Amino acid sequence: MSEETETTTGHSSVSDDSIAIQVRGLRTSFGTHVVHENLDLDVRRGEILGVVGGSGTGKSVLMRAIIGLQTPAAGDISVFGESMIDRDDAETLELRKRWGVLFQGGALFSTLTVAENIEVPIREFYPQISQELRDEIAAYKIRMTGLPANAGPKFPAELSGGMKKRAGLARALAIDPDLLFLDEPTAGLDPIGAASFDAQTRQLQQTLGLTIFLITHDLDTLYTICDRVAVIADKQVIAVGTIDELLATEHPWIQEYFNGPRGRAALSSKGAMGQRGASPATKDES
Amino acid sequence: MTQMAEFSLETGQDDSATLRFAGSLAISKMGDLPNALEDIAGPIHAIDISAIDHIDTIGAWIVHSQSIKWGCDIKGADADAQRLIDAVRAGEDSEAGMGLHAEPLPPLKRIVGQVGESVTIAGQTLLGLIDFLGLTLITLWGLIRHPSRMRWNAVIQRFEMVGVAALGIIGLMSFLIGIVIAQQGAVQLRQFGMEVLTVNLVGRLTFRELGVLMTAIMVAGRSGSAFAAQIGTMKLTEEIDAMRTIGVSPMEALIMPRIMAVVIMMPLLGFYASILSIIGGGFLCAIALDIPPVTFIQRLREVVPLTDLWVGLIKAPVFGLIIGMTGCFQGLQVKANAEEVGLRTTAAVVQAIFMVIVLDAIFAVLFTWIGWT
Repeated sequence: MSEETETTTGHSSVSDDSIAIQVRGLRTSFGTHVVHENLDLDVRRGEILGVVGGSGTGKSVLMRAIIGLQTPAAGDISVFGESMIDRDDAETLELRKRWGVLFQGGALFSTLTVAENIEVPIREFYPQISQELRDEIAAYKIRMTGLPANAGPKFPAELSGGMKKRAGLARALAIDPDLLFLDEPTAGLDPIGAASFDAQTRQLQQTLGLTIFLITHDLDTLYTICDRVAVIADKQVIAVGTIDELLATEHPWIQEYFNGPRGRAALSSKGAMGQRGASPATKDES
Repeated sequence: MTQMAEFSLETGQDDSATLRFAGSLAISKMGDLPNALEDIAGPIHAIDISAIDHIDTIGAWIVHSQSIKWGCDIKGADADAQRLIDAVRAGEDSEAGMGLHAEPLPPLKRIVGQVGESVTIAGQTLLGLIDFLGLTLITLWGLIRHPSRMRWNAVIQRFEMVGVAALGIIGLMSFLIGIVIAQQGAVQLRQFGMEVLTVNLVGRLTFRELGVLMTAIMVAGRSGSAFAAQIGTMKLTEEIDAMRTIGVSPMEALIMPRIMAVVIMMPLLGFYASILSIIGGGFLCAIALDIPPVTFIQRLREVVPLTDLWVGLIKAPVFGLIIGMTGCFQGLQVKANAEEVGLRTTAAVVQAIFMVIVLDAIFAVLFTWIGWT
């Protein structure tokens, strides 16, 4: 276990430009219940980092801590080299313009249409942009995220689960963030929908040059689109690396996770897909 | 990267205008550029973006829409820019004429529409409530025939929520109302030298009307709204559907205990409120009008007929039924989203109070008619 943490902290010495998110010694707790203890994590620029862990290990809490929704008890979090700790909302405004978040249920504003949902961040952050241009931006974001063209004037309640996720993604991408947080994007989607969402995520990541922090339980997602995977267990990130690197570790949870029946199935399906599975690995070399 | 987005217009030797972008074409560096672009008179024959040092999809869209507007080509796009322009362009034709917002109606049409809609909703609510009353009675009949199905634990728990937990606030409110009635009455009656009639005022008014009415309003605000919100939230989280599939009737498990609790608690709370009001009135009489408590009680017994108590006690369970039913009914109407829970909760309280007051007026006429004055 100490080895893995070594590799994690290893590249903190590398120039800060290549690190999008840096978490050091994070401790979060709810009352006496400690979720994270001395947690370290680096997310490199331009990668898709998958975050896995058993239920209740605090994956979402980690994300909430990074985006400032949860105040950590101790430790330091910096995003694009700027510390997030002890800063109020006004100070982190510039930083918050650079990321988009897709919450688990989509978290669309239920009283606004899809298009209006997408326009909210644009209006809040860049009020000088005219309504006309905002509509145009919303229209192409809708197309980009693979929503049908008639989804714009619909209300969230009229959308299916998959469309809600896509609409949430479109809102997260509204102001062209550099960093994207996805909380279980494929949970609750059918396999076809999940695969197409994964492909869309990968394509958007490549087109827009995004860094993606992706929490998931979906092994297919891990195999097909993640460049690296971080494993959370025992209140810490116990290992970070490509899946092959993780498979080489001895940790029982990791072994069970990737070598369980579902892990094998995902692996074989990845072999069948071949092409797409290879691209993350090559990306990681660079 | 840090340079603001800017553009320049260059006219070549053959009068061909080139729109040249420079700086960072990203949303954060856009400034007033989109609006300035609108002011270009044109025509433009070429767009050159070779001088830009950064572009995001919003920049790409602006460049692309300019090229559409003037029907010209984009020159000097590097691989990144071209990729983004292609991305924003993708599938563009499919959305011709597509709306993004809910279409606003002209004001006249909207107002007429709203009036019509309100009337329909009012009618539907009334029908729904009558329907719901029937359903409640059928459930009650079923429970009377099979008393073992009655969920006494739930009923007792609701007793506590509706009744015991409300004692403090209803007591305080009634006490203060008693004081107010006595004080206002005394001021008016003093003009005729009949301050002693304040006792009649306080005694008869609280037992007949105010004790029960104010209690009903308070219970509608406390419990009616809580019923609507609880049941509405359960509806949203599909708890009620889950109950049905397990074979538990939501009417028996959720609705009946609540309605029974309000129906039984309302007379008790109403009586309690009346007593507290009278104590409040007696308190003021003792302090401000020099009527000692003993005289106050003696006079009360002389002037307040027993029928006044019955008037209050007969009305109370009916009001309770109205409050419980509107609360549960509105809760069951919740669909779709969280906002509806709020709307339905408000509707439950407003309708309950409105109906309670209408019924109170009807009762007043009725009791006068049978001679209980």
